[in-house]
Amino acid sequence: MLEVLSNGFNKAKDRFAGRVELTEANIDDALKDIRLSLLEADVNFSVVKDFIHDVKEKALGVIVDTRVSHKSQKLKTTPGEHFINICHQELVTLMGPVDVDISFASKPPSTIMLIGLQGCGKTTTAGKIAGFLSKKNKTPLLVAADTYRPAAVEQLQVIGNSLSIPVFSEKEMSPPAICSKAIEHARSTGHDVVILDTAGRLAIDDSLMNELETIAANTRPDNIFLVCDAMIGQDAVKTAVEFDRRLDLSGFILTKLDGDARGGAALSIKKITGKPIKFLCTGESFDRIEEFRPDGLASRILGFGDVVGLMQDFEQVIDEKKAEKDAARMLKGQFTLLDFLEQIQSIKKMGPLQDIVEKIPFFSQMAGNVAVDERELVKIESLINSMTHKERVNPDVIKESRKKRIASGSGRTPREVSEVLKKFNTMRKMMKNMGKSGLLSKISGGLSNIPGLGGGADPGDIMGNNLPAASRKFPKPLSTSEKRKIKSKRKKAKKARKNSRKK
Amino acid sequence: MNEKKEKGGFFKRLKDGLSKTHKAVIKRVDEITCGKRVINDDLLDNLEEILITSDIGAVTVQRLMEKIRWKVNRKELKIPEKIHNALKDEIFSILSNHQQTLQADTLQKPFTILTVGVNGTGKTTTIAKMANIFISQGHSVLLAAADTFRAAATEQLEIWADRVGCKVIKHRQGADPSAVAFDALKSAQAKGIDVLIIDTAGRLHTKAPLMDEIKKVSRIIGRELDGAPHETLLVLDATTGQNAISQAKMFKQAINISGLALTKLDGTAKGGVIVGISETMQIPIRYIGVGEKIDDLREFNPKEFADALFEN
Repeated sequence: MLEVLSNGFNKAKDRFAGRVELTEANIDDALKDIRLSLLEADVNFSVVKDFIHDVKEKALGVIVDTRVSHKSQKLKTTPGEHFINICHQELVTLMGPVDVDISFASKPPSTIMLIGLQGCGKTTTAGKIAGFLSKKNKTPLLVAADTYRPAAVEQLQVIGNSLSIPVFSEKEMSPPAICSKAIEHARSTGHDVVILDTAGRLAIDDSLMNELETIAANTRPDNIFLVCDAMIGQDAVKTAVEFDRRLDLSGFILTKLDGDARGGAALSIKKITGKPIKFLCTGESFDRIEEFRPDGLASRILGFGDVVGLMQDFEQVIDEKKAEKDAARMLKGQFTLLDFLEQIQSIKKMGPLQDIVEKIPFFSQMAGNVAVDERELVKIESLINSMTHKERVNPDVIKESRKKRIASGSGRTPREVSEVLKKFNTMRKMMKNMGKSGLLSKISGGLSNIPGLGGGADPGDIMGNNLPAASRKFPKPLSTSEKRKIKSKRKKAKKARKNSRKK
Repeated sequence: MNEKKEKGGFFKRLKDGLSKTHKAVIKRVDEITCGKRVINDDLLDNLEEILITSDIGAVTVQRLMEKIRWKVNRKELKIPEKIHNALKDEIFSILSNHQQTLQADTLQKPFTILTVGVNGTGKTTTIAKMANIFISQGHSVLLAAADTFRAAATEQLEIWADRVGCKVIKHRQGADPSAVAFDALKSAQAKGIDVLIIDTAGRLHTKAPLMDEIKKVSRIIGRELDGAPHETLLVLDATTGQNAISQAKMFKQAINISGLALTKLDGTAKGGVIVGISETMQIPIRYIGVGEKIDDLREFNPKEFADALFEN
């Protein structure tokens, strides 16, 4: 997701290679790239205009100090990074402040009303929210208020069944009557949240919009969420504004973000209506719903990757100590096939691979537009499972005959074994380099912060939002003890080399 | 008589549906051109903005603007009001370049149509409307409920089939879509059905396993019947922005898309993306959907579309 947006920003950043000052001339070229990339991402035209204007104003005339000290550490920065930092801050401001709360009535049941265009994913989202709430110890009731589309009621019933959440439906009744009756029903049966799934409609369809107003007037919902397809074009703003005008929305839910839609709508809607984005939906299974975080989205747009989101996924499947250990090992370049296997197994638990890859900082750039195939993991897993422990710890011992054995053991060809080993070696090299250049220290920094995250710490800290521009890239450099270790290692190696030469 | 009346009714609906587009684009073009003496850069910039906000897409807009600028520079276009016509001609020529309507060739029965698209674009509804068109042309139609993934998708198709008067071949939920398509094809062959339309689950074009699944469906039908599917129709949602182009590209890469259907043109979405797709993909646009009723599907006609778009 969002990688085309990211590409544009990266191109813009590259334009600053070798520059020291942000001048009108070099800013203009970069801004042009960003403008085009935002437009291609379906960000509303006027929003793009304002964004470009604001960034330009902030960036113009800034002379970038390429050496910044932060917490008594000297750090290097480039004008490109500085410029991207300005863009990042603008994006965060544009999409913030965060408000992902669902309002609950003091006297249950509380009501959540879902509205939107046809085919934006209301019914699926209703199921997801119900699942999300029941995990938080609520007892939701789903209400099938879509009496127009054929089999819409059945769809919600199937969803309710699979989540074991009751569904309220009535035949031969108008949607407003169904909704009012459902709330009575919830009150008498002790459900504390009622989720109204309404029919899809156009914002210009007056009679259907009146129907929504009637439902809202009768049930006085505590939350009215507009469900919005992430793929929506320039029309997003008009639709959102019209729904907001008639129903005074409490927020938005963005769906189908697991595609390559760039989610430009998120920027536009927030900016024009001023109403918050509450949830992001990223897949067809019912647990693919997450609370909206602007800094995560902004970072993704800029190609930084969504570290916070990644950490939250990690948190759900990995115990934190192990995660920290893993990250530390990766940092030092001590990366074996065993780790690889473990990672594959935990990655598989985290959800669709493409989602995860996009969240890894800088990886989305490296991977480019290559689609990541889930089944590749199965292949790698089966190959590693066919290896001996010795081979897993030290893959370099694998030569032709071992390859043959591994291949026949896993039902693959020796060539596939070589391919996987080659991939593994590239990965190991890449990680080593990243560890050296400090890029990966960002991940480890994030990982060590997992407990804080759970405790509701500001995720911005992890993204380095509160640090000066220069430190974004290197928020957590190596600790002194780690540095000492590396130094002594190098000294030893040097001595060894000298000795061998003497001989 | 009756038919004519209906046609007029349809044309009116199409125009009603498109009037939003029309108001949005043309009124604004007229607003900025009206009363201006010369065509200057400001005017052209404004024009560009209007086209972009119609979802036409930055790349296509750039091409359109180049042509307009070229004409301005060669003094072919001197009067601002003329821009309106110049734009209409340009868009019409893009739209009509690869245009071809879908005709069910029933020499080799059944004429098989595979319908694909991302989630929520209106595949099932479009299939029902298509079935209605073919039935009214005197063909026998069979539907295959190969969307075995989404809850109650089969039921939705069955209700529609009931309304238009045709049969549905279905399996239980979660079954292999290829198996459904296979059974439907065998059944259609046995019964001598003219047109078989296969409904598939909505899938995001970025998901490799799902794209493989649709490839398999297409392969299986091709194996059982030479030249099938005779039409692979990609259903696109007009409210979709530039992502529609990416969808068209990725689906074409996976299976050979031979036609497009653009739905939900009755909203405020301006349908400008149709120009961008026609421009970049060179796939004919077969149908446009302009409403929720059974006869709200129309064969795409670039002239009619451009006229309705630009008529004052």
